[in-house]
Amino acid sequence: MAVVASGRRWQDVFEERRFLGPLLIAPAVLFIAVLVGAPLILAIYLSFTDATAGSLTGEFVGFRNYLDAWDSENFRRALRNTVIFTLVSQAIVLVGAGVLAHALVRDFRGKWILRLLILLPWATPVALSTVGFLWIFHPLYSVVNWTLTHDIVPGGPAFFPYRAVDWIFARDFWPGAIQISPIEPIDPPQWLGEPNLAMAAIIFAHAWRILPFATVIFIAGLASMPPEIDDAARVDGATGLKKFWYVTMPLQLPIALVALLFGIVFTATDMTVVYVLTHGGPFNSTHMLTTWAFDTGINGSALGEGAAISLYLLPPLALVAILMLRFARRVEVT
Amino acid sequence: MSRARENLVSYLIVGPFAIVLAFPFYWMLMTALRGDNDLYSVENVPFKFNDGSPTTSNFRFLFEQTQYDKWLANTALVGAVVVAITLVLALPAAYALARLSGRWGQSVGVGIFLTYLVPPTLLFLPLNRVVAELNLHDRLWSLILVYPSFTVPFSTWLLMGFFKTIPPDLEDAALVDGASRLGALARVVFPLSVPGILTVVIFSFSLVVNEFVYAITFISSTDARTVSAGVPTELIRGDVFYWGALMAATLIPAIPLALLYNVFLNRFIAGFTGGAFR
Repeated sequence: MAVVASGRRWQDVFEERRFLGPLLIAPAVLFIAVLVGAPLILAIYLSFTDATAGSLTGEFVGFRNYLDAWDSENFRRALRNTVIFTLVSQAIVLVGAGVLAHALVRDFRGKWILRLLILLPWATPVALSTVGFLWIFHPLYSVVNWTLTHDIVPGGPAFFPYRAVDWIFARDFWPGAIQISPIEPIDPPQWLGEPNLAMAAIIFAHAWRILPFATVIFIAGLASMPPEIDDAARVDGATGLKKFWYVTMPLQLPIALVALLFGIVFTATDMTVVYVLTHGGPFNSTHMLTTWAFDTGINGSALGEGAAISLYLLPPLALVAILMLRFARRVEVT
Repeated sequence: MSRARENLVSYLIVGPFAIVLAFPFYWMLMTALRGDNDLYSVENVPFKFNDGSPTTSNFRFLFEQTQYDKWLANTALVGAVVVAITLVLALPAAYALARLSGRWGQSVGVGIFLTYLVPPTLLFLPLNRVVAELNLHDRLWSLILVYPSFTVPFSTWLLMGFFKTIPPDLEDAALVDGASRLGALARVVFPLSVPGILTVVIFSFSLVVNEFVYAITFISSTDARTVSAGVPTELIRGDVFYWGALMAATLIPAIPLALLYNVFLNRFIAGFTGGAFR
């Protein structure tokens, strides 16, 4: 019986490998080739032409679009912003998600409600939650500023949170990017009206919405760790930080790297948070490559140059993709 | 460490994160329920309701004075059609890649997944021209055509993970009983993967609701907007802000999506990591 069954199976598989498999895969692959591959090639072509909004073709101009873009002060600022935005927000996310995942992998009473609260930012459409941050950072009615400049312990000793913030951050000890000038309660910080604060607001809003996803991936990684490892670590006397450093972290490194690479891709190429929160302002100080390409290509009608600006993202993306393949394979092996 | 102390440590770590991550939603709710007199008074304490609040006037304004209901309907329509197209393309591909094609299949699977990493911000300029050439500008068809370009790679990857968890022996048994490969697929494999398929439906749908770049590029008339594009572009006009209504508009799609995410989270993790991390 077994022999007959396996004989039949082999015959079927032989036929299907040749025909059924490709037949089932072809529609998806074709669709993706037409809607991702072709536009990508078109974008590369456009970036070498002087095409404007009205047409799909133009004169071949070589690398002029890339060089023109590079010569613009706004472009270089956007490039620098993109790097800062990506690195800082991913650093926050990586540390936050690592800590949070470790705490959430255990069972404790009331965990489900905390987990639901933590998932909220991931489930909400980004453009909409960013509108929420517009309100939170509003010039007049910002809840952050209200809380900073009001006595939040009514009846008790007067406690104005801005004094605590000043006490920590208004010191020469900090480097320029972190140090703040003392907060004036009458003229509180304009979160979206000042270049450094606006960058901080963008980074915060983005880290806020990526953190739940990274946490989910980390929990998946921790949950897949066989329980015997815990026992072995205990027998060898590894606990707490020691266990984290010598046992958990090396085992989690590949999956953490995959999560990080994902985060880098989705941060460097994100446009929504910046577009809704500041639209590159104030005075073009918070543009990213994506919003600058949008303004150049759509609002400014310079299709070729817009395409060139966004294509500056392609080499780092390709690098990340290659790294990701490397690490995904390593995860598979372990 | 005793159990009580371990719990305390968990609360001390998870609690602050939960507060920071959930606070904006608390704030949206507080704002959505407050009337304009209360909202735009600098004297009022914003953490409690003052004169005339709580009120449903913002929700009424949203549905009576704006096109919000139209945007919700547009989003639901685009989402439903895109999910249908996605399943038609991704289900067979994912099954074939998980089962029929061996090592070669793994490479194609990874290749499809990598296209998910090609962002809309690289493609929207040429696609905008293509959409214009096809006379699809300002029409929902433009979004229906383009959105599967990211839902298909994403869903194929997830479904591949799910199919790998279904033992091939079950199909082999059906094949021995005389079913064809496609018959086994329809009668044995798909019924078993209903939870996985539902997960893919929900997450593809939410990708559609989330999409912003194509939505603001291809569509410029108010009544063809989706929710994600309509709220930030149409409800924020110059200096006139309807903050109460804006926050109501933000909360309405967020709450059902969050509940669905919570229910399907474990399946999502299984599928997302099942494709590669085995």
